Amino acid sequence: MILGRSFEDMCAQMYYRGKMFGFVHLYNGQEAVSTGFIKLLKKEDSVVSTYRDHVHALSKGVPARAVMSELFGKATGCCRGQGGSMHMFSKEHNLLGGFAFIGEGIPVATGAAFTSKYRREVLKEADCDHVTLAFFGDGTCNNGQFFECLNMAALWKLPIVFVVENNLWAIGMSHLRATSDPQIYKKGPAFGMPGFHVDGMDVLKVREVAKEAIERARRGEGPTLVECETYRFRGHSLADPDELRDPAEKARYAARDPITALKKYLIESSLASEAELKAIEKKIDEVVEDAVEFADESAPPPRSQLLENVFADPKGFGIGPDGRYRCEDPKFTEGTAHV
Amino acid sequence: MWGIIRQKVAAGGGSPVARIRPVVSNLRNYSSAVKQMMVREALNSALDEEMSADPKVFLMGEEVGEYQGAYKISKGLLEKYGPERVLDTPITEAGFTGIGVGAAYYGLKPVVEFMTFNFSMQAIDHIINSAAKSNYMSSGQISVPIVFRGPNGAAAGVGAQHSHCYAAWYASVPGLKVLSPYSSEDARGLLKAAIRDPDPVVFLENELLYGESFPVSAEVLDSSFCLPIGKAKIEREGKDVTITAFSKIVGLSLKAAEILAKEGISAEVINLRSIRPLDRSTINASVRKTNRLVTVEEGFPQHGVGAEICASVIEESFGYLDAPVERIAGADVPMPYAANLERMAVPQVLCFLYDSSIDGCYKFLVY
Repeated sequence: MILGRSFEDMCAQMYYRGKMFGFVHLYNGQEAVSTGFIKLLKKEDSVVSTYRDHVHALSKGVPARAVMSELFGKATGCCRGQGGSMHMFSKEHNLLGGFAFIGEGIPVATGAAFTSKYRREVLKEADCDHVTLAFFGDGTCNNGQFFECLNMAALWKLPIVFVVENNLWAIGMSHLRATSDPQIYKKGPAFGMPGFHVDGMDVLKVREVAKEAIERARRGEGPTLVECETYRFRGHSLADPDELRDPAEKARYAARDPITALKKYLIESSLASEAELKAIEKKIDEVVEDAVEFADESAPPPRSQLLENVFADPKGFGIGPDGRYRCEDPKFTEGTAHV
Repeated sequence: MWGIIRQKVAAGGGSPVARIRPVVSNLRNYSSAVKQMMVREALNSALDEEMSADPKVFLMGEEVGEYQGAYKISKGLLEKYGPERVLDTPITEAGFTGIGVGAAYYGLKPVVEFMTFNFSMQAIDHIINSAAKSNYMSSGQISVPIVFRGPNGAAAGVGAQHSHCYAAWYASVPGLKVLSPYSSEDARGLLKAAIRDPDPVVFLENELLYGESFPVSAEVLDSSFCLPIGKAKIEREGKDVTITAFSKIVGLSLKAAEILAKEGISAEVINLRSIRPLDRSTINASVRKTNRLVTVEEGFPQHGVGAEICASVIEESFGYLDAPVERIAGADVPMPYAANLERMAVPQVLCFLYDSSIDGCYKFLVY
């Protein structure tokens, strides 16, 4: 959580210094949700996120250096600078992206969950119990794709957990102004899956609920909808003047800062001392500083990278690496069944 | 009348067929075409063979299972492969297309069927933003081996919202491959190539072609038959004018070529097969030979496939053109319902006009 917070603060600094550009959406205040859920996952489980994905990437294990370079648009970034702030992909860590469109990631996450089930049942990989987490916000819960996926996930009992990061605001549109029934967790049972509401500012509570939901999915009992009530301390993006939110509301939630709350809890229950926590913060500062230095020093992508990777085919057109059409290579059709 | 013309053309076009197809099995002799196969059967057999060869291939769409396919393309597949591999989905294009894309991200090979490509507009966000762009955005980490297929373009009397041709829409997106078969041979070979391809492929079929039969050789029936993506086929050789077309219009063009031949004009008909990547070299080579170009398509004229071909030919073979390039497309109106209006809105071959006042410019009259 500390890594997430310092990283995002550093992003803001870098943006205002002109090193980062375009759309940058920061996650300050919502760290408890990301940490609470993602830290319970295995490496093979996947996470699908939205454009507010820096901290999801960090929690899933993508190195801070790679994320920072990606934001700077350098060739050493996790997507070699081709994705950017909103499109963090990492095959190694099974982070299936950052999607810019609201609700676009939910069907993709449902598809990844479908693959786990397919692998287990059709391809007979008996130990495949990968779970998928789909993160999205309150605004998405009014989108058609959200309901389409709740339906199909419950229908086919897919191993997925739908995590709603309800921070009450969709840019400047208050959740209460946009939704007929603002209690999102109630929409789960309408489709036949359990719906939970949890205080998203308390990482331990989030972790408890997350554990249950993920275990449920792993056992094959189907999807769960978890609504985390949280808040973003900064604006929607770094370009958002954030004028519509009431300062009193902001102050109220600032008092429930997940990091301060956890610190207090740790110190009061003597699980850690002040000095240890300070040391952690210092270490994180070093990691973030190092990430910035690394990103600064990295080279921007070479010109030849512009046309690369449009297709998975190395030359597109069904042409294999040896320059001939793939279908002319007898090995290409090896193993085709006669029906 | 259609059937008779088609057989005549097929017999006459026997030799070009052998010339262009890549030799998949070099010991197999090209036996003369005897078996007739409907496009529907061709697609069904291609799906069947690919699904049995690779357990990661699965089919999803509306009515593909118990209904045996809205146009019976997936007939018999549910019984053979079970409900886990042939999925009947609820009516949620955006949702199930996204699920297909997510499954493809994670290693499976979905074939997503749209009842018609008009419905793909509800899912176009996933086709373009999640599928086409992902390989680029993730810098090669995540490839999407998915096939989106379904009937495209005008059918008979189905009205404006069911008759839109999407070839130009999808062909403008980098990261997608767009294929459009005409005959059964095309349908089989291209669908197999599409399913094996590691990239997102949009496979535009045509409802009116499903029931058409074409002669197929033994080579086509072989289960390892495959056609290259990005190569057009010269259906009929000629030396006076080049006609490019795809899907159903290839049939019309061949018919027109027959009529032109009686007038002493030898037309070369190119079946594009692949809209993206466009086989610019074949088209340009043909135009350099014949010096005249007519592009024919069913879709709307502005920014259509013909526009791209004309621009490409003018850029690359300007010096070889003896006359301005000619584009024939559907009428620039949403498809009307009345049968006579519908006939007028789509290219037909009822007559042609050799306009002698414009020296050597061959014109088709579109009725």
